[in-house]
Amino acid sequence: MLVVAGTVPDPDYPLVCGEVLLEGAHVSVRGARAEVNRGTPALLAAAVLAARVLDRPGPTAWLVGDTGLGRGSRRLYAQLAGSPGPQGVGVFVFHYLQPDVDWHDRVLMAVQDLPGPPRLVADAGFMYAAKMSGQAGAYDLFTPDAGELAFLADEKAPHPFYTRGFVLHEPERAPGHIARAFEFGNAARCLLVKGAVDHVADSRGVLAVIDEHPEEAMEAVGGTGDTLTGLAAALMDSGLDTVRAAVLAARANRLAGSLAKPTPASQVLEIIENIPRALSAVLAEADLEKA
Amino acid sequence: MGIKSLFGLGSKADRKGVERGFLVFENTSEVIRAERVLRESGRRVRVMGPPPEIRTGCDLVVEFALMDGLDVLRELEAAGVAPLDLVPVESPLLKPVDMYQVKDFGAQLMVRAANMKITVDKSSLEIVNVSGGGCPDVPFLAGELAGRRLGDAPRPRDIGHTLCGYALDLAFEEIKRLCL
Repeated sequence: MLVVAGTVPDPDYPLVCGEVLLEGAHVSVRGARAEVNRGTPALLAAAVLAARVLDRPGPTAWLVGDTGLGRGSRRLYAQLAGSPGPQGVGVFVFHYLQPDVDWHDRVLMAVQDLPGPPRLVADAGFMYAAKMSGQAGAYDLFTPDAGELAFLADEKAPHPFYTRGFVLHEPERAPGHIARAFEFGNAARCLLVKGAVDHVADSRGVLAVIDEHPEEAMEAVGGTGDTLTGLAAALMDSGLDTVRAAVLAARANRLAGSLAKPTPASQVLEIIENIPRALSAVLAEADLEKA
Repeated sequence: MGIKSLFGLGSKADRKGVERGFLVFENTSEVIRAERVLRESGRRVRVMGPPPEIRTGCDLVVEFALMDGLDVLRELEAAGVAPLDLVPVESPLLKPVDMYQVKDFGAQLMVRAANMKITVDKSSLEIVNVSGGGCPDVPFLAGELAGRRLGDAPRPRDIGHTLCGYALDLAFEEIKRLCL
């Protein structure tokens, strides 16, 4: 089972846990609807569609409203630290949550106590907290962009807003930053670095460079990193090892973007709609390569 | 207070797991007023002696939760006691990412500041996309800004709460400077 914990940018959105339904331009959990434009709802929409292609159950989500004050995140943290269930979690994704190292540590301990334990994915605010906690190595996958990779590479930075001058947010520096992030213990076991060129790496270095279907406009489209994380998590939940899942997710996300023929004004829903076709094509191609 | 020094670097969380920063003021009476304002709004702050690097004539600073920077700044400005600077607890001389990157797509212009990007249609001046960032106010801010004309949109620093919100404000001001 794939479980995702994240937030919805609506202060009145309740704390809910349940199966995620995709209803047009909205995701719904226990009747609480959220628009799919970016953030955790975009991740969930991508994961729902990927699960259909993979013939897997859709994701279960812990969601709460939070517009940046952190109140919703803290409610969710308290819930997860006490009872992160449900049972049978294979992959647990943490997403747009207010970074808080103390709560991070409590939630991580609770999740590591689950049977399995599940493989762990962190992106966005929770990835920031995971790095700052010094426990990045407890995670199976981080999905940073170039700026977030610079933050992981700078062992002193508490947030991507701060990186020291020598750690520049430049995509061409990705291999060096990846090495530095691993050197200082600030990387998950696998990194999927998203950008104009995607990199998949582990402690040995860069394992794959994915540059097919380049679409310059994708950088401007909010939510494309969220869909990538959702794809990777769904592929991990299908049983693939983390590196393989990351590579296929990058390829599928790029193809979905290309199929949408994006402009800088495109919205992520236009890309999400192409995920089934793109993922099916990438999986078929991967099967051929294997054969 | 200069934009570049609005936030600083703190490499270690405090006992409650929250990154801490120092508010630096012109004089001690401002420190005391600021402490009262922030305590009255329910914030956990402490008055402390500053590290040597940031001594500016006042021998006290207010320690606060760095992630709350925008909210704290707003409260203090509203109370007429804006700080001279906000700096990190651990490494006060380190500065935030200080660069804008501008990408011209032809019909649209994108500006990136730190980890946040904003894209505007050059002819209509409509904000067409907001991307990047990972704090929970990013999707909220994107929802509030996207679809609005640049001149009519609220400033991210007025409705955001986090460092990502502040980075978006830098990008927002820069793209306004370029487009308006």
